[in-house]
Amino acid sequence: MTVLTDIPEKWLPVVLPIKKKKKAGFGGGKSKKKRTEEERRVKANDREHNEKFQYANNCIVTSKYNILTFLPVNLFEQFQEVANTYFLFLLILQLIPQISSLSWFTTIVPLALVLSITAVKDATDDYFRHKSDNQVNNRQSQVLIRGSLQNEKWMNVKVGDIIKLENNQFVAADLLLLSSTEPHGLCYIETAELDGETNMKVRQSVSVTAELGDPNNLASFDGEVVCEPPNNKLDRFCGTLYWREKKYPLTNQNMLLRGCVLRNTEACYGLVIFAGPDTKLMQNSGRTKFKRTSIDRLMNTLVLWIFGFLVCMGVILAVGNAVWEREVGSLFQSYLPWDPPVDNFMFSAFLSFWSYIIILNTVVPISLYVSVEVIRLGHSYFINWDRQMFCSRCNTAAESRTTTLNEELGQVEYIFSDKTGTLTQNIMTFNKCSINGQTYGEVTDPLGKQPKRLDFTPFNPLANPDFCFYDEKLLESVKVGDLHTHEFFRLLSLCHTVMSEEKSEGELVYKAQSPDEGALVTAARNFGFVFRSRTPGTITTTEMGRTVTYSLLAILDFNNIRKRMSVIVRNPEGRICLYCKGADTVLLERLHPCNQELMSITSDHLNEYGADGLRTLALAYRELSEDEWEAWSESHRCADKATDCREDRLAAAYDKIEQDMKLLGATAIEDKLQEGVPETIALLSLANIKIWVLTGDKQETAVNIGYSCKMLTDDMTEVFIIGGHTVQSVRQELRSARERMMELSRGKTEGMEAWAEACFMGNGMKDGQEGDCTTGRGSKQLHCSSLPPSASGDMDSISGEFALIISGHSLAHALEADMEAEFVSTACACKAVICCRVTPLQKAQVVELIKKHKKAVTLAIGDGANDVSMIKSAHIGVGISGQEGIQAVLASDYSFAQFRFLQRLLLVHGRWSYLRMCRFLCYFFYKNFAFTMVHFWFGFFCGFSAQDVPDHRSLEYPKLYEPGQLNLLFNKKEFFICITQGIYTSVVLFFVPYAVLSDATQSNGVPLADYQTFAVTTATALVIVVSVQIALDTGFWTVFNHMFVWGSVGSYFTIMFALHSQTLFRIFPNQFRFIGSAQNTLLQPVVWLTIALATAVCVVPVLAFRFLKLDLKPQLSDTVRHTQLVRQKRRKPGGRSIGGAWRGTGSVSEGRLGARGGSRRSGYAFSHQEGFGELITSGKNMRLSSLALANFASKHSSSWIETLRRKKTNHTPPSTSGECSPAPSNVSGTCPALSNSSSVLGGSQETPIEEETDAAVVLSSSSHPAASEPAEPRAPAQVAPVDSSTSAAARTDSPGGWARSLETVQEALFGRRGCASASNTQVPPCDATETPPH
Amino acid sequence: MGKTKNKSGPLARRPDNSAFKQQRLPAWSPMLTANTVLPFFYLLAVICMLLGVWLLLLVQSTQEIKLDYTDLGNCNECFDLRRNVSNAAQTCSCRVEFSIDKSLKGDVFFYYGLKNFHQNLRRYMDSRDDGQTLGRIKNLKKNPSSYCAPFDKDNDGVPIAPCGAIANSMFNDSFTLNYHLSSSRSVPVPLLRTGLTWYTDKNVKFRNPRADNLTLAEVFEGTRPPLYWQKPVYSLDPHDPNNNGFINEDLIVWMREAAFPNFKKLYGILNRADPIFEKGLPKGNYTIDISYNFPVQHFQGRKGVVLTTLTWFGGQNHFLPIAYLVTSSLILLAAVVLTVAWWKFGKDGKNMKE
Repeated sequence: MTVLTDIPEKWLPVVLPIKKKKKAGFGGGKSKKKRTEEERRVKANDREHNEKFQYANNCIVTSKYNILTFLPVNLFEQFQEVANTYFLFLLILQLIPQISSLSWFTTIVPLALVLSITAVKDATDDYFRHKSDNQVNNRQSQVLIRGSLQNEKWMNVKVGDIIKLENNQFVAADLLLLSSTEPHGLCYIETAELDGETNMKVRQSVSVTAELGDPNNLASFDGEVVCEPPNNKLDRFCGTLYWREKKYPLTNQNMLLRGCVLRNTEACYGLVIFAGPDTKLMQNSGRTKFKRTSIDRLMNTLVLWIFGFLVCMGVILAVGNAVWEREVGSLFQSYLPWDPPVDNFMFSAFLSFWSYIIILNTVVPISLYVSVEVIRLGHSYFINWDRQMFCSRCNTAAESRTTTLNEELGQVEYIFSDKTGTLTQNIMTFNKCSINGQTYGEVTDPLGKQPKRLDFTPFNPLANPDFCFYDEKLLESVKVGDLHTHEFFRLLSLCHTVMSEEKSEGELVYKAQSPDEGALVTAARNFGFVFRSRTPGTITTTEMGRTVTYSLLAILDFNNIRKRMSVIVRNPEGRICLYCKGADTVLLERLHPCNQELMSITSDHLNEYGADGLRTLALAYRELSEDEWEAWSESHRCADKATDCREDRLAAAYDKIEQDMKLLGATAIEDKLQEGVPETIALLSLANIKIWVLTGDKQETAVNIGYSCKMLTDDMTEVFIIGGHTVQSVRQELRSARERMMELSRGKTEGMEAWAEACFMGNGMKDGQEGDCTTGRGSKQLHCSSLPPSASGDMDSISGEFALIISGHSLAHALEADMEAEFVSTACACKAVICCRVTPLQKAQVVELIKKHKKAVTLAIGDGANDVSMIKSAHIGVGISGQEGIQAVLASDYSFAQFRFLQRLLLVHGRWSYLRMCRFLCYFFYKNFAFTMVHFWFGFFCGFSAQDVPDHRSLEYPKLYEPGQLNLLFNKKEFFICITQGIYTSVVLFFVPYAVLSDATQSNGVPLADYQTFAVTTATALVIVVSVQIALDTGFWTVFNHMFVWGSVGSYFTIMFALHSQTLFRIFPNQFRFIGSAQNTLLQPVVWLTIALATAVCVVPVLAFRFLKLDLKPQLSDTVRHTQLVRQKRRKPGGRSIGGAWRGTGSVSEGRLGARGGSRRSGYAFSHQEGFGELITSGKNMRLSSLALANFASKHSSSWIETLRRKKTNHTPPSTSGECSPAPSNVSGTCPALSNSSSVLGGSQETPIEEETDAAVVLSSSSHPAASEPAEPRAPAQVAPVDSSTSAAARTDSPGGWARSLETVQEALFGRRGCASASNTQVPPCDATETPPH
Repeated sequence: MGKTKNKSGPLARRPDNSAFKQQRLPAWSPMLTANTVLPFFYLLAVICMLLGVWLLLLVQSTQEIKLDYTDLGNCNECFDLRRNVSNAAQTCSCRVEFSIDKSLKGDVFFYYGLKNFHQNLRRYMDSRDDGQTLGRIKNLKKNPSSYCAPFDKDNDGVPIAPCGAIANSMFNDSFTLNYHLSSSRSVPVPLLRTGLTWYTDKNVKFRNPRADNLTLAEVFEGTRPPLYWQKPVYSLDPHDPNNNGFINEDLIVWMREAAFPNFKKLYGILNRADPIFEKGLPKGNYTIDISYNFPVQHFQGRKGVVLTTLTWFGGQNHFLPIAYLVTSSLILLAAVVLTVAWWKFGKDGKNMKE
């Protein structure tokens, strides 16, 4: 278990607050919490004071048992299972000799076996829980005790302690941040374990405590915190700090929560507010529940029914016995007197009732449970063994962590998926860009060659080796010094809020607050515009090898309404320039009219990118004259200082300057989806599985991913957004959404037509494959008939495709008891549902909601600690393994490395498991009812037998999955059919031999009507009939089927002959008194004639019904099999064409989906947060060291070049590199020296450094006119023919319904900021009085 | 699994690519198509038909004579006598007459039959000790199986041999069959009283305790015969000393419990050594002299005898051929219905292709 030891807090969410209360005195702190806490008072450094309140300490118990409690508790739990109790009851009955009709060990052996196996499993699980509890509880943390730091175990940390955290350490409890080594008491945390977001977050201490600094001061800190009681709200904290007669408000911004990791901060001190089970992480962890499948539940119900049936039979038989004993038995007493205690017929009847209960108990033998478990175990192994669910990249095979849920995989109706790490890889890559009307990054090699990854290192020693780009043209363009390209990347290297860290020379690490920005800055870095460091007032970059320091005049920060950010910088030559990047919808309106032509081209590009599901940004810049800057700067200062409506004033000020910009181009960032996600989702939705995305991410991000993984499409009739903050508004929004749906579907016949057409298209794609028209047509009918979303009540009538997007705070209201039903009915009418900004607990609540209202099987899939509660509460939890975190995997029932394996898990394994289990159960009940004498291995072999359709076919026809969802194959009706068939068989098996044998004799005259002969005949007939039956049930005859079917018949005879042998009789004459029966019976032709007759009578009706059903009303799976057979016959040498066909389907469907044009999603820094710009300009987040470094760098800006040069002279001969040769042919003279600086520098050692930098400065100043000049004359000429109205129309049209709806989202979301958006729109898009571009 | 551990590299944990593990075993996938099902039905119908006809012909060739003698003729007196248990010690014999119209050819088997006698009760069937009848001294003289209770020991605590309710209730009527050549002259019909049991019963399942030069009576010393028996187990057959003790064939036959309350058990086989009976039982008048011992009144039972000839597949048994014929016609009917249904609705997999 080496894995376990290095998993951080792997068990964290496994805590069961409720269970803990049960076991008082074990571990610490749980017995104390009896009353509900009203508020929490914590005094720093005062353990005595805090102990009065009996707060939970930091010890965590996730284990269920200890050595003493294990046996009773475990047995108690096990006997809660109906079956176990039932068998215990039987066992007790069998111990009474008067009624024992079977020997007691027939029950106790299997029961003991089942109980002990389960107990061992439970014990092992609990042992590991103990181990991990200990590991976590014994982690060391530094606690400030009496003025000195002491190492304490985590479990000994108490509320009110001050503890010290170091960089990259896990936070031990919920802390109030007191001070940190960073300026202003800032510190950075990663909250991936809590909410799944990987970008860093800033936390700041209250200023008074931030000044305390070192341990000595902190030791004397005696502030008192009064705050809310423990709760599960991750994003909210409300409290007050009382210190030195003053009050300081505390918010979530001051808190470090357990589960976070400290990053980028050397150390910090925090006051423990909530510990152990009270921490928000623990409060958020759902309850572990024992999961059982619906079949399990059905089985339990059936067992109860059967028990009832048994009691009825018992009663009937007992009454019969009473009557018989009175009428006949009493007369028969001289031959068979009643037992001494049985002195009358009533008592005899009473005893016989219990005896019959025991005899007939085999209708539900314990072997049912054992066999079911064995079959599930087998399926689990098949899942583990599946190579097609093996991820070679992370070397992880699928793992089925529980063995009890397999067949439910075949019944899933709702999938709840996390986004980050599950659908996406959480990697942003700079994928494409459009510069000055030229698109880059599209590498389409007609020959289908694998495009070569660009190697940046010879060109740029500072390049990030992990960066991937394939289009050489862009690099060429940079190398030849294309001014637009240079300006493009310059913008990327300047306009951002990334922090850099240079551990050693040239080893840059970017700390991006949003991964999008990181990707953009990294791209600029690789293309020669390296962002190196920043101070509050400067940005230092290395442009094509030369160090340039810009003074940063202003950051016009991002917010959700502006959807853009700008920087205003002054370059070393003193030229002032505004660089802006932002959502195209916003930015394109602010361009100078002369950009029309370029804009329409870029717009097309943006459309293309958007269609590919990329996050796009438009880039523009504007040069400012000194006067303009001064004027604006003044107004900005004014706005900044305003006390009322500051934000709006600022926005207006920003808006004023971000005008008349020149378009540079656009970027497209790919939020990398996991492999095969869109295909998987498409396939799963064809299988009528509804997929909900529950994410802690922002709405924009979530929606974008929804589009890129084809959950949302532009074909959708409408996308509803619920973003209300109050109960009323949420209710209102839900209602109106529903009304709208009704309205749209009512008056929409053309919509239906369009949809039918879509069906046809879907069908067409199938037809396309190898002229396979039969199957295509077969599937069409089904696709179209079942596509309309089904919902309850009046929502049934809704047709058309809708999507619902709901945010966390609205969800909180929607999940309240009185609105639940409304929410469910609305959401379930939608094809796609996306919940964003949800807390882990909400995820679980949503799952619970669906479980409660829809009675459907749910599956939750996720990768992080924040998904654990959801994974636990869903019927089936799936964890994505192979990533960093492992909590989700540990809480899950199944784990694999990639989302796309879900399709195989559900459509292949789930379906097979379900089918096999159902057939097994049908068969089992059938044979039990047919006759109670059975052998365990019947159950065993049929576990491998009910395979029906090859796996690739299952994927090809997702509709095959539906029977499972509808629970068609094993339900009460099927059960009754089974038992009816069973009873019929048993009647035949009894009465045919009875009628034949009662009169028959052997050929030597000995009558055949003796009991033993009759038993052997009936048993043999039974075995043969059920074997024929299983043979009929078997769809696929593999080696194993033959082995087991023939083997079972063979072993029946073997065992029978063995049991009837002389040897055994001689040893145990009283137990094996059937000696000789087998041979005496089976040598008789009459017996065989009887068996043949019974078999024929049993099997023929079944065969006839099956044939009729298959012939007249074939199931889809039969059809698929049929066509498969036909196809196999038609072209035997066809080889593996089927697999190819499937792959073809995938790609075709992708192509179709991908071709959805006209939607464009601007992806301005989706996970970006507002206010980072302010942090930068205030210099708050600058570490002293980095400030010093920046200063140093600006002074000795070329130091790295010097080092480099030294290296060059040492390692490479001076003039060997011919790479500079293409460069001199370029336009500007100084450019070539830069484009390949290292080699040139290597050649000219004696060049003074000062001269170098001067040259660079000159270049950068001269490049500006050069960049703008070519654009200037061209633009008016080309714009002229284009009708401005059409272009405007094109612009507004192109974003499509999506962009519009996104705007509504924004409005809905930020409606409260009405004045801000109003001021935004008031500003005219093009201000002619502004300084025209030069 | 052990194999995978040895591997290393990025694919170290990749599951084996065996057909079994990947569920790709070559398989034969039969489908219920018209081409297979319909011919099968017709074939099955024909086979059943032929079997039925053949069996019927065979059964017709056998003959059977049944006689209920419970209170027939002068057995009525014995019947009344046996009504009272206290008269158990008194002997009673009676005679039943019957005639055979058509001679019974070949081997003739003589059965006694009982009606309403429940040999198949669980407690009754359990009430025996196979260890004892296998000749184990311990079960014989010390402790018979407790399942034999209350017939394991007599009131003095002496073990009963053979113990149990089955043995205790052994059928103890005996029969002598006489053939009346003329109204005055009759000859006894010789019956073989051995060879009535399964080979395994006679030679394996039932054994007398080891004798060691002792007579059988000495071996059984210290045991009591069952309560209802008039003779001890070692003198059941006065004619054949080798047919005594636990291996007495009547005992073995009785101990093989019948499955149903109405049953018949083999009493004897016609000995065809006598020239009169060489070809079986000739037609004519017969009488049976019955030593009437077994009381049936109190359980409302009936007693009877059966004389029958056999074919290779046993005695007269009309059910089997008729069942075959009925089954055959039903299958034929089903086949026709299926054919029509298939022809009209599902021909050429019509439903499959939609």
